[in-house]
Order: sequence, then C-alpha cells, then structure tokens
Amino acid sequence: MKPQLMMTVLLASAVCASAQTKSTADGIAEYRKMLEDGNPADLYEAKGEELWKKMRGPKNASLEQCDLGQGPGKVKGAFVQLPRHFADTNRVQDLESRLLTCMETLQGMDAAAIAKTPFGRGEQANMESLVAYVSAASRGMKLGLPQGHAQEKAMYEVGKRAFFYRAGPYDFSCASCHGEDGKRIRMQDLPDLTKNPGDGVGFAAWPAYRVGNGELWGMQRRLNDCFRQQRFPFPGYGSEVTIALGVYMGVNAKGAESIAPGIKR
Amino acid sequence: MTKKRIAIALALGAAVALAGCAGRAPATDYDAMLASMMKSSFRDQGIAKVDRLQQDVSNAECSKAQGKDLPDALSKSIEAANLKTVKMPADGRFIGDWKSGERLAQNGRGMTWSDASANTSANGGNCYNCHALDKAEISYGTIGPSLHNYGKIRGVSDPASEAAKPIVEYTWGKLYNAKAYNACSAMPRFGHVGMLDEKQLKDLMALLLDPKSPVNQ
Repeated sequence: MKPQLMMTVLLASAVCASAQTKSTADGIAEYRKMLEDGNPADLYEAKGEELWKKMRGPKNASLEQCDLGQGPGKVKGAFVQLPRHFADTNRVQDLESRLLTCMETLQGMDAAAIAKTPFGRGEQANMESLVAYVSAASRGMKLGLPQGHAQEKAMYEVGKRAFFYRAGPYDFSCASCHGEDGKRIRMQDLPDLTKNPGDGVGFAAWPAYRVGNGELWGMQRRLNDCFRQQRFPFPGYGSEVTIALGVYMGVNAKGAESIAPGIKR
Repeated sequence: MTKKRIAIALALGAAVALAGCAGRAPATDYDAMLASMMKSSFRDQGIAKVDRLQQDVSNAECSKAQGKDLPDALSKSIEAANLKTVKMPADGRFIGDWKSGERLAQNGRGMTWSDASANTSANGGNCYNCHALDKAEISYGTIGPSLHNYGKIRGVSDPASEAAKPIVEYTWGKLYNAKAYNACSAMPRFGHVGMLDEKQLKDLMALLLDPKSPVNQ
C-alpha cells in the first residue's frame, strides 16, 4: 500500500474505532499517538536536515550559517520565537520568509522566484522539508515570540486588525471561524485563535503533515488555504499580511507547547 | 527585496519612527498600515480578484469592532441599509422544492479561487458548514444556531397562509441579506451579493419552512 493511502486508512480506522461520543479532535489525538513513532513528517525532517547542510545554489553554499534569530547556525529554539524582527533586513519575518532571505544571501538563489513557485514544486517542495527540520528542532518547547521591537509590536496590532478584516463575497474574516471557543465547521473543530488555544493546537500545531493530501504544510500554506476558503484573493508567499497574522496568533499563544511538525487529517 | 516589500518596510519604519517621537506623538496609525498591507499582500487568482478586499460600510464597521457590539444607532443604520437591498421574489412565491434545497444546503462549494465560475449555478448554500438542519445529517457545523425544526417551532403549518407571512418574509430577508437583521452577522448575504439566485433561495426556503421537509420532522 502507498504510504499516503495507508495513512488515510489508519486515520479512518482511528476515527471510526472511537465511539461517536468522542469528538473528531479525540480521534485525531488517538491517531497521533498511534503514529508517535512513525509520523511521515519525520521523513520531511530528515530531508530538511540534509538540505540545510547541503552545498546548493549559485554560490554553492549550505544554510548552516543562516541566522534564524538565535545567531548564525543556531536552529534549536529558533522556531518558537518566530516571527520576529531581524536587524539585517529590518523586517519582521516568519520562518519561511527568513529561509528565503538565507537562500538568497547565502546560496544566491532568487527568493522572489521561489515565492512565486506553486506549492509542492521545485524549491517550494524543499521549503516544506526545511520548515519541518527547523520546527522539529523546537519540538516540545513553548512559544515565546519577542515583542520588544517596535516593528514586532506594530505587526501584532496590524495582525489583529487583519484577523478581524471582513471582506469578500462571504463577508468572512479569520475571526468568522476562529474567534470563539468550541465551534466547528461540519465535524472539524475550530481553535479560537484570539487567545492561547492550548498546547499543540492552532499556531502551535503547524507545520504539519496533512494525511488528506500526503503533503507537509508550513504556516504559509496553511494560511493560503484559509484565505482560499475565506473566499479572499491570493496572498503572496511571505507577504506582510501573512507575517502579521503569524505574529498575532503566535503572541496570543504564548506559552503553548509547539508539537510541530505535527500531523493533521 | 521587491519594490512592494521596500514600500511596506518604509511605511512600517515611518510609522514606528512617528510613534517613537518624543512628547505627545500621535498614536501609530495601524489602520493605515493595515490598508497598505492588504493592498500589497494579495493578487488576483482565477475568479478571486483583489477587488474583493474592498469593504462596504457593514464590513468596515464590523471589522473595526473586532467582535464587540456596535453602538445601537450604528447597528440600526447598517441593518436598515441592508434591509433596503432585499428583493422579494418577483412572482410572490417564496417556497420551492425542499429536495433541491437539501442538496444546496449540503453543497459547500463556490466563490474560491479554485472554483472555475462565479455563476450562481456553481455555488452551494454552505448551510451545513455552520448549521444543523436535517437531524439525519450528523456532520454539521456550530457557528450558527441549529435550524432543526425551523418551521415547526415557529408554528408554520402552511407557508402560503396569511398567518405564516411574517415569518416567511423574515426568512427570505435573512437568506437574502442576513445583515438586515443583525449588522455583524457571521452569515453571508446570499441574495444581495448574487451568490444564489431566486430559485435557489426558494429551494432553501422550502427546506426550512415546508412541513414536509426533513428539517421539520
């Protein structure tokens, strides 16, 4: 059986096996336990580590000197403090946009071209392994985004406004689905992202392996699909609004334990 | 760095610099920052064009309120303006076919950039995403209230009767433009924005109000 199909079957049985009184979330939690030693995200993580250390790009360099906020080459603990302000770019950056900066400055790759590449193809496929690797190095650590820099505070405030921004043919905002506790769409439980929704929930659950399509999604892709379902136009990869939303959700979830790269149905 | 990015970085920098001025500096204009950020962050994709980001008064005010209640007078004026948009069915008939209504209620498609067409025929009602309706359907959302027994609870035994008229007209208005009754309702304005046509709305009306509909069993 193909791994993806097997995962789907496993998930289905995990959910079906549970009594109907259990929520989907319980089923998923059970499934996660079953897969503790075999989350397919591990494969992305391993590939990401390889990519991190490999000489690549026009400058034939690795990413080992990349500064993710804890100093060049320090990967552990970096993820749970992103997005944050970086002095060299003088911008607040999330993991993906920061990786783009490193790929451009260290390896000589074309960041704008990578940002425009469709998800899952070319360097975007590599990006999914890289975010798995970097996030895994902070697994089990608590989210603690810095808010000391004026730009970080500004991004939180603007992110909050973006979160409540209603528009499009459905009049939806992020808050339409994620502004209250205990709500669902169909059977899908929705975390309240205006506060800390708990360990490994919401912002603390991504990047994650998606069983449904057999791909690993970083926060950029997660937000992209949210905007699709919100009936909004297409957000640029690493665009300011996606980073501002990351700051808003990440700061709200302060202290939540990151389980990334997690697993989602 | 793209030109857009540089522009944003400059805007951010300028805003932050302003905020940092000594004395009684004006508060950082986060609303202006948001406006410029929304503009630079999105692009057209398929049927989902950037003009979708424009807000009418209802969306602008409800966004600003960030989930809190609007002042009474503002709510009332938004509701009145939305009520004016409601068009009653041309032939005076409100009730269609509940079976088609149920199919429409189940259908959660429409209006995303991965949908080929924005025509009403390509759109679902998305009802079960947020509401319980037919008791037999256990996969329902809870963002909106349960609509199980919607017509029955309201005493509608004949939707064509004079007695049922107020609730029938209200229900039509609610489906057509939900903001006519609740300024910051989370519900889309299906008729007002042309997402569903008159026939589709009538079928949803039947699902809610026809005594034979599974919703009223």
